[in-house]
Amino acid sequence: MSNLVFKPAHELATLLASGQITSVELTQAYLDRIAKVNPAINAYLHVSADGALATAAEVDRRRAAGETLPALAGLPIAVKDNLTTVDAPTTAGSKILEGWVPQYDATVVAKLRAEMMPILGKTNLDEFAMGSSTENSAYGPTGNPWALDRIPGGSGGGSAAAVGAYLAPLAIGSDTGGSIRYPASMTGTVGIKPTYGAVSRYGLIALASSLDQIGPVSRNVLDSALLQDVIAGHDKHDSTSLPSGLGSMTEAAKRGDVKGLRIGVIKQLQGEGFQAGVQARFDEALEQLKAAGAEIVEVDCPSFAYAISAYYLILPAEASSNLAKFDSVRFGLRVTPEGNPTIERVMAATREAGFGPEVKRRIILGTYALSSGYYDAYYGSAQKVRTLIQRDFAKAFEAADVLVSPTAPTTAFKIGEKNDDPLAMYLNDIATIPANLAGIPGISLPIGTADEDGLPVGIQFLAPAKEDARLYHVGAALESILEAKWGSGIAKFAPVDTLAASEAN
Amino acid sequence: MSEITPDLVRHLAGLARIQVTDAEVAHFTEQLSVVLDSVASVKAAVQGDVPATSHPIPMANVFREDVLEPSLTQVEALSGAPDSADGRFRVHAILDEE
Repeated sequence: MSNLVFKPAHELATLLASGQITSVELTQAYLDRIAKVNPAINAYLHVSADGALATAAEVDRRRAAGETLPALAGLPIAVKDNLTTVDAPTTAGSKILEGWVPQYDATVVAKLRAEMMPILGKTNLDEFAMGSSTENSAYGPTGNPWALDRIPGGSGGGSAAAVGAYLAPLAIGSDTGGSIRYPASMTGTVGIKPTYGAVSRYGLIALASSLDQIGPVSRNVLDSALLQDVIAGHDKHDSTSLPSGLGSMTEAAKRGDVKGLRIGVIKQLQGEGFQAGVQARFDEALEQLKAAGAEIVEVDCPSFAYAISAYYLILPAEASSNLAKFDSVRFGLRVTPEGNPTIERVMAATREAGFGPEVKRRIILGTYALSSGYYDAYYGSAQKVRTLIQRDFAKAFEAADVLVSPTAPTTAFKIGEKNDDPLAMYLNDIATIPANLAGIPGISLPIGTADEDGLPVGIQFLAPAKEDARLYHVGAALESILEAKWGSGIAKFAPVDTLAASEAN
Repeated sequence: MSEITPDLVRHLAGLARIQVTDAEVAHFTEQLSVVLDSVASVKAAVQGDVPATSHPIPMANVFREDVLEPSLTQVEALSGAPDSADGRFRVHAILDEE
């Protein structure tokens, strides 16, 4: 097995650009590793070997001919299976879309193709991105590269596990309440939710349209910056995409330095309810930042107490509307019941057979929250809480340049542990949800492992809307402080017999 | 206490066009009661006059020039349909004949 697969994406991009390696060689190395380990980890639902190799060969041919190519040309990537792709099935982790091949590419996918990045395949997720463990996928759970019997987080467990297990150097995720950042925390990888609207949602199968945001997944901060620079930008096909760009994230990541930076510790997102080993690594990281010249202050966000409640009204309400399109008429599954099948009965039988339990729960909850007589009390109140949370953030950002918390209250739990307890599952996203409600950007990066279980711990930084660059700035700075202390990356701490261990081990 | 009953779950599932089984109704009634009791805290969260936020980043309406752009052909648009005939989506009876 080629050890190329263990290298960071930015190093691979340099090797490709200078002609020291070919894209076919690199793409084949990833495909070989996928063939070997994906059956055990189930990170990919579909592998596009032919398509990826064809793109790679084209890159090599044009490079050999002396053409100037995009910065990441030839660098392979994995794509979450809720983004449409014309050359691969797109299931959103649901039986209702099994085998569906879309007629158009998502804007982000089109941008990856324009960058000439070979698309290795489509990654597993909780059905329609509803979940935080990837156990809700209709195609089976994904394992955590650090311990295959544990969850990789969700909903983007497939993308995080693919990157964490060296099955791709980069991946695309989507984050509605933490679906990029929470899996990053669980798998010792890096994930960024950009500002709402920074990346086009066109071709993303919508979960909750006012919360959804596509973003990068990688093994280090600079790699995510390179990817955000490829996928960001205004898109006329998404009326909520920001009209102007946010500058170079790559430059921000290369400039990493925290001297004089005011970092606000969110009082409500630490201490009680947070695992001891998570809190210990978090406190140490704050000390390191302070030693590097950052100013640590505490900020108070009292309305965060209502964030999960507001989220689990707004999300189901929007999802119940968005998922009405799965009606057995235009695409996907159709189940015809016995007796006297009318279109309405066919629709109901199809949705009964095609949706899993979590999707049904959330559609029913959303239907309730939007129904006459309850709308003001539930959905209306939740929208007001959203305003209160935005006000908390606005006040906190007067005292601090970035905010910080652990990304998740605990390390990765065992597959099956919380699967039929929705409320316990919903608490996993306690630290990530506020950013989606307010539309602001957030990053999760690894800060070590918890003493009690040896599993990765993530730290989350949040910045004001459109200030994504600050996240790359502080993230890259902390990453280089930690790597200097460890003498290598987080993979050093992975047990040697796991998929998270690199050749450095 | 939550007002979720088995009949309400059946009614909501009907509105959402999901034909649920009795076992699902029983299970969802229990689970949704727990979830709803928890999320009901939003009702007490807001005191005074607070505007609602529907969208995180303030935006104005977006218009584009009214010019033709490439779009799906009829064959492409029908390619994912479970059933089609004569260039159209084909479905079961709209009206119940009982």
